[in-house]
Amino acid sequence: MARVLLRVPTTAEKGSVIEIRALIQHVMETGYRPNAQGVVQARDIIWHFTCRYDGEVVFSAALSPAIAANPFIAFTTIATESGPISFTWEGDNGFAQTETRHITVT
Amino acid sequence: MNLTRRVLLSAPAALLLPTPTRADQQRLAAALQEFTGGAALREGRVRIEISPLVENGNAVPISVSVEAPMTAADHVRRIGVFNERNPQPHVITAQFSPRSGRAYVATHIRLATSQALVAVAEMSDGSFWSQRVEVVVTLAACIEG
Repeated sequence: MARVLLRVPTTAEKGSVIEIRALIQHVMETGYRPNAQGVVQARDIIWHFTCRYDGEVVFSAALSPAIAANPFIAFTTIATESGPISFTWEGDNGFAQTETRHITVT
Repeated sequence: MNLTRRVLLSAPAALLLPTPTRADQQRLAAALQEFTGGAALREGRVRIEISPLVENGNAVPISVSVEAPMTAADHVRRIGVFNERNPQPHVITAQFSPRSGRAYVATHIRLATSQALVAVAEMSDGSFWSQRVEVVVTLAACIEG
């Protein structure tokens, strides 16, 4: 499991716009870079990121090799109700990881 | 005489400026065309925030925001970021909905060399808006070894 850094507010006022920041440890190998032996290394990137709020997709992004290693994504969403916010990263070589945080909306 | 000397001395500085080839420009244009589906692309509403002088091209902070009320009737559907001179023109394509609250996305990107970046927003009414910025990169991302 790759290490993940998530900044999600634990509490929020109903209807307010909250900012979410997500970072995951990953090499994001571009597929254009030769190694020490001069052989171009195969692409190994995370190509999709999804954020679900209470099961509904509120943000998603398609990533390319132009995204830096340890991809960082910041975005916003509206705090609608208390519930789980889950984050899914999908990548090459069957990479898939999901993390969940809980938000309390008052 | 003085003028000639000045022109000659300033010539190396001109070499530092990005000089996109026609192939780069065509590739970027093709990527934009694919994103818009041939619809007209207008300047404005989109704001890219990136340092104009980048020291390290391996991780360049960039954020894109769009002026939009983000209501069901008027919101941003997608934001796409494209580059001119990396091996691939695509950078990131993000999907939004009225639940986003704001049309905003930030990330860290790689830049192979000094080049232009274009951000395009698709609105819920089907119109496309864009902004183009030029960035100078002093240390390129090691994408080609």
